[in-house]
Amino acid sequence: MDEADRRIINALQTGIPVCDHPYAECAAELDMTEEELLRRLASLREAGILSRIGPMYHAERLGGGLALVAMSVPPEDFDRVTEQVNAFDEVAHNYERDHKLNMWFVLATEKTERVKQVLSEIEEITGYPTYNMPKIEEFFVGLRFDV
Amino acid sequence: MTDENTPIDAIDREIIEATQEGLPLTPQPYHDIAENLGLDAAEVIHRFKRMLAEGIIRRIAVVPNHYALGFKANGMSVWNVPDEHVREMGVKIGALDFVSHCYHRPRHLPDWPYNFFAMVHGRDRDEVEIKAEKISQLLGENDLEHRILYSTRILKKTGFRLQKSSRSS
Repeated sequence: MDEADRRIINALQTGIPVCDHPYAECAAELDMTEEELLRRLASLREAGILSRIGPMYHAERLGGGLALVAMSVPPEDFDRVTEQVNAFDEVAHNYERDHKLNMWFVLATEKTERVKQVLSEIEEITGYPTYNMPKIEEFFVGLRFDV
Repeated sequence: MTDENTPIDAIDREIIEATQEGLPLTPQPYHDIAENLGLDAAEVIHRFKRMLAEGIIRRIAVVPNHYALGFKANGMSVWNVPDEHVREMGVKIGALDFVSHCYHRPRHLPDWPYNFFAMVHGRDRDEVEIKAEKISQLLGENDLEHRILYSTRILKKTGFRLQKSSRSS
């Protein structure tokens, strides 16, 4: 990653415009050619430095459900439960964390009522309770890293 | 705007499905999406603008992998804040540039007394702790107790996906 890559990452986290030639527009602001920007974006994505280039959809505004869920899973069962939980398409992210509640996942469902169904299915299959922590209010969501 | 029902139609849905992996890296990505779907480019552009305005799309942008950028400490700071002060505090904490997600969530007593979550990213744990200390100072006496949960492993990261639409119509 060089200086030009850093400038691209910093600038394009804010947004890519919706217009006929969006990359050409960004490239002009970055003082590089459209070809160079496209080539660099492709290699940043290839290298895994960018995990996504494109629209970020808001699950709830699509009419779906979203919930943060925690579980407390004993070490001897952790791998099994991980596999069972991750098998649900609705589980978008899952992290192990250093707490008694050691498994934290995000459920994104297309229909709101599906959240409860998935949670009871997970409880039944794994044998452990789930702690549902849906948001009551959102104050800020925006990931921005200056590099 | 206040319609709680699915605010997208079948064409929006096709566009969303076509861009789940991202935007094409071609000079005219919206035109290419339109062509693949047999739609008019102007219509696709119009729909993207509408979905952005309605908040169905948060933004169209690049998403860096923060681990790859060296932000390896991912601290979920969780706080017990008196309910009546959560909103006022949430607005303040959400405005901090190092807080990426910030939510009021339910407690699960007695196991889980925390009702306010702020995600803090740093290059290492020391950086995350210094940032959490700033949050604590801002909260003042509203910081009844807090802790930071670090992620020790990513178990899954696929992001939001529309389920295959074959089941419903």
